[in-house]
Amino acid sequence: MPGIYIHIPFCKQRCNYCNFHFSTQLQHTASFIDALKVEMALQRHYLPPGSVKTLYVGGGTPSILTPGQVRDIFSSLEATLEVDIRNMEEVTFEVNPDDISEAYLRELKDAGVKRLSIGIQSFKEADLRFMHRAHTMEQSQYAIEAAVSSGFDNVSIDLIYGIPGLSHEEWVAHIEKAVRFGITHISAYALTVEPRTLLEQQVRHQKVPPLDEEQAAVQFELLVRTLAAHGYEQYEISNFALPGHYAIHNTNYWKKEWYLGLGPSAHSFNGSSRQWNIANNALYSGSLLQRGKLQHETEQLTEADNWNEYVMTGIRTMWGLDLQYMNAHFRESFLEQLMKDIVPLQEKGWLESTSERIVLTLEGKLYADRIAGMLFV
Amino acid sequence: MKKIRNFCIIAHIDHGKSTLADRLLEHTKTISERDMQNQVLDDMDLEREKGITIKSKAIQITYNYKGEDYTYNLIDTPGHVDFSYEVSRALAACEGALLLVDASQGIQAQTISNLYLAIDNDLEIIPVINKVDMDGAMIPEVTDQIVDLIGCKPEDIILASGKSGIGIEDILQAIAERVPAPAGSPDLPTQALIFDSVFNPFRGIIVYFRVLNGSIRKGDKVKFINTGKEYEADEVGSLGLGLIPRKEILTGDVGYIITGIKNAREVKVGDTITLVSNPSTEAIRGFEDVKPMVFAGIFPVSSDDFEELRDCMEKLQLNDASLTFEPETSQALGFGFRCGFLGMLHMEIIQERLEREFNQTVITTVPNVSFHAYTTREKDVKIIVNNPSEMPEPSRLDRVEEPFIRAQIITLPDYIGNIMSLCLNKRGILVNQNYLTPTRVELIFEMPLAEIVFDFYDKLKSSTRGYASFDYHPLDYRLSDITKMDILLNGEQVDALSALIHRSRAHDFGRKLCEKLKELLPRQQFMIAIQAAIGAKIVARETISAMRKDVTAKCYGGDISRKRKLLEKQKEGKKRMRQIGSVEVPQEAFLAVLKLND
Ligand SMILES: Nc1nc2c(ncn2[C@@H]2O[C@H](COP(=O)(O)OP(=O)(O)O)[C@@H](O)[C@H]2O)c(=O)[nH]1
Ligand code: SF4
Ligand SMILES: [Mg+2]
Repeated sequence: MPGIYIHIPFCKQRCNYCNFHFSTQLQHTASFIDALKVEMALQRHYLPPGSVKTLYVGGGTPSILTPGQVRDIFSSLEATLEVDIRNMEEVTFEVNPDDISEAYLRELKDAGVKRLSIGIQSFKEADLRFMHRAHTMEQSQYAIEAAVSSGFDNVSIDLIYGIPGLSHEEWVAHIEKAVRFGITHISAYALTVEPRTLLEQQVRHQKVPPLDEEQAAVQFELLVRTLAAHGYEQYEISNFALPGHYAIHNTNYWKKEWYLGLGPSAHSFNGSSRQWNIANNALYSGSLLQRGKLQHETEQLTEADNWNEYVMTGIRTMWGLDLQYMNAHFRESFLEQLMKDIVPLQEKGWLESTSERIVLTLEGKLYADRIAGMLFV
Repeated sequence: MKKIRNFCIIAHIDHGKSTLADRLLEHTKTISERDMQNQVLDDMDLEREKGITIKSKAIQITYNYKGEDYTYNLIDTPGHVDFSYEVSRALAACEGALLLVDASQGIQAQTISNLYLAIDNDLEIIPVINKVDMDGAMIPEVTDQIVDLIGCKPEDIILASGKSGIGIEDILQAIAERVPAPAGSPDLPTQALIFDSVFNPFRGIIVYFRVLNGSIRKGDKVKFINTGKEYEADEVGSLGLGLIPRKEILTGDVGYIITGIKNAREVKVGDTITLVSNPSTEAIRGFEDVKPMVFAGIFPVSSDDFEELRDCMEKLQLNDASLTFEPETSQALGFGFRCGFLGMLHMEIIQERLEREFNQTVITTVPNVSFHAYTTREKDVKIIVNNPSEMPEPSRLDRVEEPFIRAQIITLPDYIGNIMSLCLNKRGILVNQNYLTPTRVELIFEMPLAEIVFDFYDKLKSSTRGYASFDYHPLDYRLSDITKMDILLNGEQVDALSALIHRSRAHDFGRKLCEKLKELLPRQQFMIAIQAAIGAKIVARETISAMRKDVTAKCYGGDISRKRKLLEKQKEGKKRMRQIGSVEVPQEAFLAVLKLND
């Protein structure tokens, strides 16, 4: 089930941990939208006609767009790519708490948005200030209430743990608060120091202590246990949902489905190659508007690349590595190697396998990258 | 014989020797422009990348001078201090040398050390200032330097550019006019000097020689005087761009001989070829059995691959006789080889050739020089120690000697201070300071070889902003306070990380090594203690905390490629890891000693 991703490359300010592509020059929003429409036209045949089932508008911060701009983008998309947004299985829109009101959310709903993903990150004021978020704790709370009262029943929130000063008790309280609000989907991430972020500089200049891995590991386990107790499934390492509320669009990334990414820095995948647009708003828009050209790079994926990607993403999900799928898509020698490679990992208690699939244990989830690397060909 | 000219080009590295050689070949139509690859004389891949000439080659040029054809044999020489013996033998095969000096750099250390070798061999020197096309050319200054150095007249110096072709014709004429014709006699018993050999997978070893007296014909029974071995000359010929078979190579000329030898070790550069039928009893002087200067272990990453590695080492040795190796066992690394190299560059080349040409992934251990140890029991019996594990226990040890070298450094007067402190810090002794010209000073130090083999050259470059050049030659062995430093990982001694080191350095070295290992060892799920010890005494300690998690938070569309590549890279690195006890040790860690001051 192919999907479309639209990247809205603007934010009001930079969060300290963030290395996503965006710009704070909001005055360029209009020309970006024009460029996006040119890109849609250029890429209209990327996915098979009539196949698209999900749309995801992410960023950056999509909620800096006015409802009019959202409608404009959606109608261009429908006209150019011949898709029917209202009939898609999932249409997700990312919002930040400081941008939204009940009225705004109603307009999104009218435009066809079915699912909200709210960048809450924390219910603690000090955390929000530390991470240089643009919103307050009250706004976080209000955002969730507004989402519910404007009629969204499919709401996801993002939460971050492992923040310096965030106690285990506070963390569990954040999780339980989300549960009490009736949130159906939670993406929870450990704070990490990514290259080229404000946080990295802060750590380098010793303004912030190096992150405490022990804290993050404990809070991860608390997260898993607390949400399990409330009936959430950990269907991917960082993603939890009440039954039936998995994020369809994101899940497709892990199943090697096709997707078209629009906007600067967005990635697309068509089964055999991956391409990504230039991560620069001015060059992206300039090239599309002045020369009708999309600046992007392409990478052809080999069978080994595809295997490695499937292992890396699949192992993180509760469905694990589907042996039948692997049998059908990859050469036998890869599978034979896999069967040898899993033995020591099973002995360590990191993996469990049945005749159908290989999944991570709770302990294994703490080392998913290392494990994936060991199963690469 | 009157129309033969044998010459070489001597120059400091990068002064444009290979480029000039190309131009000479092109100008004389030895190779057509179409065949012209840049720098035809350096034909190993590695050489081209590193931009140095590793193995000497020779090529014959026909040049028409005043209506008559002359045969020029151009003998190429290696340009790195690791290979100075080979240079000396190549020079011994010539009557003349083009002394090439970069117009913007002036005289450098190898210019001088090679010049001395050339003068030792009585070569006629034709001074050439090269790269005169460059903006930074300082022709008057460099002219003065050369005049001061060799005592020639300024008008003897040819101005040239291998790049733009200036002066090429002048050089070719000067060779005919100034380089003496060979002086040997066709009637004396045959003597031919071996100055190089190469391995050809189809023909075996091809030996390059220069006939001094007599001649060598196809079918002759020949004898190599120093090894005493006899062979039949299956083929002889001259060296064009390829091999050109001939019936006979006459007095004074340069050629090749193929005798079916399969192993490079049978052929010693500097040896003398004579005929069995009418042998010369005298070997040409200057023969040396080159000895390795630096020793290190080479181990297969997986111990199952030991036999395969042996095979590859043997093949490698077929065309690199200066590589020595013998089996070695390490508790940490299993079966491997203790190898001897001419220097660090040579070691690097061998490692790279193993990987590129033979597809072997290897772990190379900390290199060391060869020490002499004497025990209290037998005070006069020298034990050669090429491996820290061979050093006798302190309780049995009477004394240790370490090799010293004579280092020649040429620099600008401004940097004397920096160089003095660098060399004194490396236990060097200044023995001479000599102004070659008002702006070029030569410093001579006697130093332990151990102090210069590792990072000395890099340090020298950085403390002189590149304005220093360096050359060295072995001197002798001297009494020294050498001690063995061991490294323990979680209490377990890792023999492959042991090092032999001067006692005054031991503490500092141990501390730095532990710090470096802390950086290089990947974290594991348990704590790792790194300790440096001399005997039972721990002199330094570091710990690596346990890893609690190794998982990235997000993995959506945009992250997938980047993350895959990251993990693939880690996996590649893991292939070179060795499990020591419970600790995984990556290849770089074994060479940590080399990077201590990065
Ligand atoms: N400008 C200029 N550059 C040169 C000339 N000859 C060589 N070079 C450059 O100097 C560098 C070293 O040349 P190479 O012939 O490899 O030097 P070698 O190390 O002495 O063999 C290369 O980058 C050449 O392109 C020349 O006559 N003029
Ligand atoms: S709002 Fe989101 S995209 Fe923007 S800086 Fe913060 S984390 Fe990054
Ligand atoms: Mg060269």
